[in-house]
Amino acid sequence: MKLRAEKRIDSPAWMTVVVTLASVCLAFVAGGVFLYLQGVSPLTAYRMILRSAFGSVYDLSETAVRALPLATVSLAVMLCFTMLIWNIGAEGQAFIGALTAAAVVRYFPMEDRLAMLSLMALAAAVAGGFWAGVAGVLKAKWNVSEIISTLMLNYIAIRLLEHFVYGPWRDPSSLGFPMTRPFIPQARLPQLWGTRIHMGLYGLLILSAFMWLALKKTRWGYEIRIMGSNARAAHYAGMNYARSVVLVMFLSGAIAGIAGMCEVSGLQGRLQAGFSAQYGYTAIIVAWLSHLNPPLSLLVAFLIGALLVGGEALQIGMGLPLASVQILQGLILFFVLGGEFFYNYRVRLDFGRPGFGGER
Amino acid sequence: METLVSILAAAVRSGTPILYATLGEILTEKCGVMNLGLEGIMLMGAFSGFFVSLSTGNPWLGLAAAFGVGMCLGLIHAFISVSLGGNQVVCGLAMTMFGGGASALMGRGCIGMTIRGIDGFSIPWFSELPLVGRVFFSQDVMVYASYALVVVLYCFFTATRPGMNLRAVGENPKAADAMGLPVARIRYLYTVLGAGLVALGGAYISVIYNRFWAESMTAGRGWIAVAMVIFAVWNPFQAALGAYLFGGVEAFQLRLQAAGTSVPTPLLMMLPYVMTILVLLFISIGKGRRVSLSAPAALGAPFHREERE
Amino acid sequence: MDEGKKSTPLVEMRGITKRFSGVTANSDVNFSVEAGEVHALLGEHGAGKSTLMNVLYGLYAPDGGRIFVAGRPVTFRSPRDAIAAGIGMVHQNFMLVQTLTVWENMILGLKGTPFVLPGKKIQNRIAGISEQYGLEIDPRAAVWQLSTGERQRVAILQMLYRNARVLILDEPTAVLTHQEAGRLFRTIRRMTEEGHGVVFISHKMNEVMNETRRVTVLRGGKNAGAAMTAETTGEALAEMMMGRKVPLDLYRKPMRAGPAVFEADDLRALNDRGLDAVGGLSFHLRQNEILGVAGIAGNGQRELCEALVGLRALTGGTVRMGGANLTNASPRRFVDRGVRYIPGDRRGVGMAPGMDISSNAILRRYWSKPVASGAFIDWKRSEKLSRQIIRDFNVSAPSPRTPVRNLSGGNLQKFLMGRELSDSPKVVIVMHPTWGLDVAATRYVREQLLAQREAGAAILLISEDLDELLALSDRLAVLYRGRFMGILAEPEGVPPEKIGLMMAGTWISEALKDSAPENGSAKEAAS
Repeated sequence: MKLRAEKRIDSPAWMTVVVTLASVCLAFVAGGVFLYLQGVSPLTAYRMILRSAFGSVYDLSETAVRALPLATVSLAVMLCFTMLIWNIGAEGQAFIGALTAAAVVRYFPMEDRLAMLSLMALAAAVAGGFWAGVAGVLKAKWNVSEIISTLMLNYIAIRLLEHFVYGPWRDPSSLGFPMTRPFIPQARLPQLWGTRIHMGLYGLLILSAFMWLALKKTRWGYEIRIMGSNARAAHYAGMNYARSVVLVMFLSGAIAGIAGMCEVSGLQGRLQAGFSAQYGYTAIIVAWLSHLNPPLSLLVAFLIGALLVGGEALQIGMGLPLASVQILQGLILFFVLGGEFFYNYRVRLDFGRPGFGGER
Repeated sequence: METLVSILAAAVRSGTPILYATLGEILTEKCGVMNLGLEGIMLMGAFSGFFVSLSTGNPWLGLAAAFGVGMCLGLIHAFISVSLGGNQVVCGLAMTMFGGGASALMGRGCIGMTIRGIDGFSIPWFSELPLVGRVFFSQDVMVYASYALVVVLYCFFTATRPGMNLRAVGENPKAADAMGLPVARIRYLYTVLGAGLVALGGAYISVIYNRFWAESMTAGRGWIAVAMVIFAVWNPFQAALGAYLFGGVEAFQLRLQAAGTSVPTPLLMMLPYVMTILVLLFISIGKGRRVSLSAPAALGAPFHREERE
Repeated sequence: MDEGKKSTPLVEMRGITKRFSGVTANSDVNFSVEAGEVHALLGEHGAGKSTLMNVLYGLYAPDGGRIFVAGRPVTFRSPRDAIAAGIGMVHQNFMLVQTLTVWENMILGLKGTPFVLPGKKIQNRIAGISEQYGLEIDPRAAVWQLSTGERQRVAILQMLYRNARVLILDEPTAVLTHQEAGRLFRTIRRMTEEGHGVVFISHKMNEVMNETRRVTVLRGGKNAGAAMTAETTGEALAEMMMGRKVPLDLYRKPMRAGPAVFEADDLRALNDRGLDAVGGLSFHLRQNEILGVAGIAGNGQRELCEALVGLRALTGGTVRMGGANLTNASPRRFVDRGVRYIPGDRRGVGMAPGMDISSNAILRRYWSKPVASGAFIDWKRSEKLSRQIIRDFNVSAPSPRTPVRNLSGGNLQKFLMGRELSDSPKVVIVMHPTWGLDVAATRYVREQLLAQREAGAAILLISEDLDELLALSDRLAVLYRGRFMGILAEPEGVPPEKIGLMMAGTWISEALKDSAPENGSAKEAAS
């Protein structure tokens, strides 16, 4: 008797949904077992995550606060992933965006809020885009692996930001904390409805609709999808791969840069070391779980944001390290990745006759 | 002179965990599997090494445990990327998160404790050599073992049958399969072994270098190792060079901090990353056949036999 | 050992069945090889020859049937088992690891090699085998440095090195020059003299007739017949292969060729490795005419096609259409001018297999009206367009939403043809249009090409199938190492051997020296 895998001729859409949901459930079960073995009651922990993320209007708003940068950055990486470019440098691009925005506030303070914010956003977008565009040019011109180059650029960006907040830009009254002076009020994105959700939300909603439209309905989006599906067919259709790589990377970096700017301008009000809770990496989960679908990524970002809020609750309520919820994030990805096999292949038991199942 | 020697010796020491991780990843990538989860695996190695050392009082058992845990994590990666053909980039990220989270959760009781660790010893005669002796031969046993590992891996790749099989599987799995090599089994083996070495690198930090446990104490060394593999163009000797170079920058920077100089250390810390990009660029531009050929051609691509094109 | 018992074949396959996700590639096939014989396995592309041999080599597990080696039943779980049983296979695109040396490739996966590789010993043994079979090679060279012919020698050596008793050669001459092929056959003769059994997969009739002892013919994945070569004729075999009377009963309406619409002059281009692939070709394409291009694979066919449609930069020469100079114009300008290209690699180049039929239907016209409306794509129209293609070109597909990946080879080609031909093109460049298709689809594709010819298109047809070329072409050019050995104005009258000579690098003037003088097209030969 042997396990045997056959490629599916047709994989129905409901299958994707069912398998993804089942994978996520399994991940929570596995995570529960893990927590239990660590002497943590999984039920208590999960209940705490749920309550802290969805328990009240305030909790919901806090979840949304986490989801905002996540969703924005996930749109950025989604754009690249659609074209099969592995931009895992959104973290660094967000850092550069935040850094540039802070530089603008520091060196070109303005009286007019709209002008100030526009300039900040523009600078963040250009700088973030440039940061990613470098990797794009390296890829387009010399076929340098964008995985490594964007990753390295992350660290360079993080160090660059550290250099400024530990050094020349450090607020003398910060008691030695690595942070800048608070931004002037004109440089703060207004917050909404008395919560910490900032105006970036509107931008995000518009961006995700725009992105959906661009990817699904325009010639440009069509080109990107074709290039992600088969680069040689794209060449055959007269598409310019090299130029698109640079452009897509630039746009992706620009979006990530704006996400970074929104985070400092809308939420923290100053630039500080480690301002991002690894949103750049977590956003990759969001993009993957939402199957590169912009509107869906909003929902997924909200759920992952709930996990992040839950992590803080676990830290306060149960004394667990903040990073504990990363176990769940990792497991969800493991199971979803594993689950993909089951809608691409049909697995069946084979009796008697020799055969081989996949590569096992 | 004295400072130079001590900085160089420190460079070797702080380069060693990166070296182990880099060698592990070279082993894995040579067979065509890309494991980007080094950071997570190193952290799990660091935690399990420390935990076992602490509870048994035997640091050797700690190192062994780290190796074992690393292999288990490698098994997960191999299962998803080799058997299920899952995306290796995403799987590596998942591993990074899982490892970071799990080590933080499990290690929460170990914070603030210290262990005796493993003390260094000088190798007679060799340690008396000028400069080289103090730098390379007055270290600890894991450093010496890493020297041996570099040589062993190099010979393994170039002169042995399994080493050649490994390269064939990473280069052209279809051909290797047609020649009767068990592609999946070979990929499993070296993904698992490689992850074991990576975890050992993590354990070196907690058991020998720092002798305490702290959350995310590897501080990005796993990602550095990923880059070092390319820096080293998959050559173990160049991996050592890269790891020590990085360790040197780290040691130098610590020294500067201690001396209270005003040279901006974050900028200094950027150097290895900038260097990696430049090396990568150099490899890609200089289409010097010899260099570009050392990249495993089938890296990151899953292999299933019965698919027809 | 086996030579004594004449009755027991080295290898016997009985009732082999193999399915791929629903498609039956082999159905109840029987096959055997005896010691000292060359056994031809004949059949069209897609007849199941390679599948059957991959089963014998342990690459595919059969869904039914048994394999016997020297009379004993065996089960092959992988090539390793097959090799251990003395079966070796030389694949069409040689299974060699480019970065390893020749001697390293020899011992790849071989059991019983010492842990530390004894390079010298292995090289000596290679030298011995090389001499025995006439397969000269430098064992220390890396495979990527070798020419195609040399690689094939390495691949054969590899099998002899592991003491293969049965050698499967999958279309070994497809990639060889005439001389190299002759050399290969000398090696094959030596092997049979030594008692090896050789399976010779081919669809080249003359090679089969001259070089083999027995023939088994497959058609549509089933046994279609078997014979001793000496007791049969090429026509009889061809009939078994095709299942009906040959030659192809296609009606090519006599037509007077119209004016030249597409002119290439002294065309030059490099291949992907930066070496000369197209070395100065001059020709024109005329309305209502098919210009065939014959040649052995790898003589610059793909590069020629790509250079003609703007997908490959020209290093010299010009391309003109009507009055317009299209030299190094973008691929889109070619499309907009009515030039269509049907690439040989339809899945790898012609389609984005993961996307649906609608998305693929507009691949080569998404930038222009009516599919494009401003920056947007009119998906309603593209769906209508794909329905139209599906209907007009008999594509069997559930809906325009079906991913192209799920289409069978024949349907995929029909869809591809439909996409390129549905808006009355002026010029059609088509490469290997029937490669790997079943008989019905092949016929359909050929009829479509003839229909385009009658509708006024100028067609350039590149194929490796001489019968196809002779049946369809009004004129026939022969390509060798990126140059035309000549263009035959009336190819039907020329004996195939002469064309064969040209395919092996003989100039037309030389090849036709002693044949009918009225075929005076030698002046058209490119120099």
